Amino acid sequence: MAREIGDVILKMEGISLSFGGVKALTNISFDVREHEIRSIIGPNGAGKSSMLNVINGVYHPQEGQVTFRGEVRRDMEPHKAAKQGIARTFQNIALFKGMSVIDNIMTGRNLKMKCNVFHHALHWGKARAEEIEHRKKVEEVIDFLEIQNIRKTPVGRLPYGLQKRVELGRALAAEPSMMLLDEPMAGMNVEEKQDMCRFILDVNDQFGTTIVLIEHDMGVVMDISDRVVVLDYGKKIGDGEPDEVKNNPDVIAAYLGTSH
Amino acid sequence: MLYREAGQFKASYEADQQIFPILQDRIGVLLLIGFFALAVPLFADQYWLKAILIPVLIFSLAAIGLNILTGYAGQLSLGSAAFMAVGAFGAYNFMLRIDGMPFLVAILLGGLCAALVGVMFGLPSLRIKGFYLAVATLAAQFFIVWALVKIEWFSNYSSSGVITAQEIEILGFAFDGPQSKYLLTLFVVVVMALLAKNMVRSTTGRSWMAVRDMDVAAEVIGIRLMRTKLTAFAVSSFYCGVAGALYAYTYIGTVEPEGFNLDLSFKILFMIIIGGVGSIMGSFLGAAFIVLLPIALDVFVPMLLGDLVSSSFVSNLQLIVFGGLIVFFLIVEPHGLARLWQIGKEKLRLWPFPH
Repeated sequence: MAREIGDVILKMEGISLSFGGVKALTNISFDVREHEIRSIIGPNGAGKSSMLNVINGVYHPQEGQVTFRGEVRRDMEPHKAAKQGIARTFQNIALFKGMSVIDNIMTGRNLKMKCNVFHHALHWGKARAEEIEHRKKVEEVIDFLEIQNIRKTPVGRLPYGLQKRVELGRALAAEPSMMLLDEPMAGMNVEEKQDMCRFILDVNDQFGTTIVLIEHDMGVVMDISDRVVVLDYGKKIGDGEPDEVKNNPDVIAAYLGTSH
Repeated sequence: MLYREAGQFKASYEADQQIFPILQDRIGVLLLIGFFALAVPLFADQYWLKAILIPVLIFSLAAIGLNILTGYAGQLSLGSAAFMAVGAFGAYNFMLRIDGMPFLVAILLGGLCAALVGVMFGLPSLRIKGFYLAVATLAAQFFIVWALVKIEWFSNYSSSGVITAQEIEILGFAFDGPQSKYLLTLFVVVVMALLAKNMVRSTTGRSWMAVRDMDVAAEVIGIRLMRTKLTAFAVSSFYCGVAGALYAYTYIGTVEPEGFNLDLSFKILFMIIIGGVGSIMGSFLGAAFIVLLPIALDVFVPMLLGDLVSSSFVSNLQLIVFGGLIVFFLIVEPHGLARLWQIGKEKLRLWPFPH
């Protein structure tokens, strides 16, 4: 493997998040190291997606602090997280349905574009050069994900598996240093899952992108993760390498239930 | 057969990202512009120019403005007519109060006034969406018309806020006949439509559509919601404002604030719904449809029914047929005339062969 797991780049300390009386997350701490694949697992409603939303600033926790690359914060705006190099995909595909695949992936590069609305209106010189330069990058992403044949199709017309892939492409286009993937393989058949796993591993390997992954397929999680965090009812019940977690009695109880 | 892109290979991204990537489209657009710029002024009579072509062009521009806001950026607005009024009164005041003000600069400044006002009334869009936003823009509609009547300075203290547009003169040439006014309108509208097309196919347009389709995802990939929405309001209102200035200067001549009422806002909304939401060409088709349909009914209904019915019945019947046709079109093609055109183009790729 080309990648080498580095230092801790993201540290969550004592995160608590509640919506009114509902406690989504209670006092959760864990960390993510550079270049690793870190999975978050847990039964439905355990607070996994909420955790991702805290990391990239969609939700603001009531307690605790997040340290990303040395910068300590309680909460932040999502676009600032994007600027710091955190990209993400969503559990229910959040593509821009009315736009083509190319345009969707192009939006992923918006932070790297400098032209303003007046340049765009004229679409001459600088704006055109910029558009072409970024189109090249987008085509690289399209090649990487092997979706050349659908590049001009409106995403609303694509099957589910491909939409998930395009969404990964949009996140990749931003050249993030960390990607949060929320159930990238939900609802896929075995073949599509294998493809998606390969893409995730390739991204991690080739670009060194740190990956935080939520996934329900235990086979996949145990295979590709470096470390796994287990949540249940908003509390952390396990943390460690896949083998360690697999044999943790609390985790087994949460997933299989216990006899009373 | 006639409309096939087969064989047109793109060897560079530049070629693939042209404003009209398909050769037939480029030829078509050039022919259309040539026809309307050269042939029409020669052959069309005064009535056609004054009562049909000029208003179609002006409403197309206003519809493009609303389409940018509603069709591309997804922010519902019922204030387009008010922004037109700001443009018209803005241009009037610049012409009136600054000596030697060039006409084109005046209408652009009028548009800028509208853009400023649009941004102000766009602020609620940061908190509210959909129908609630429509209600907020409705407030703009009533407030602006009221302010233009109430604050007499805007109409230079004329009674009930009526203004009479000054003569248009550019570089010593007076635009006083319908032909020259038509050409001036055509020029402004074509240039602004092309600029709009450029905007919607670049990052600005993609950000608008991203906010329209999924605002949370847009924010997560780094699109600033506030900036994007307010830009859409500014550009949209600018287009409406320029349309309003043209409405006063090249079409009606004498306007009052009440002329820019809610009816007109709804009319522009109908134009983009019938023409095609989120389509620059749809704005032209919708404007043509809404302007031409009542005129066509005016001609054909009495012709068909003749002396059988009274004239008041005929005028009521026209309203009924007008409404009925709109409903019919929306059922047949909910995505508007632009979509019909799209389907037609796809059919034309094969026509006249069956496969």
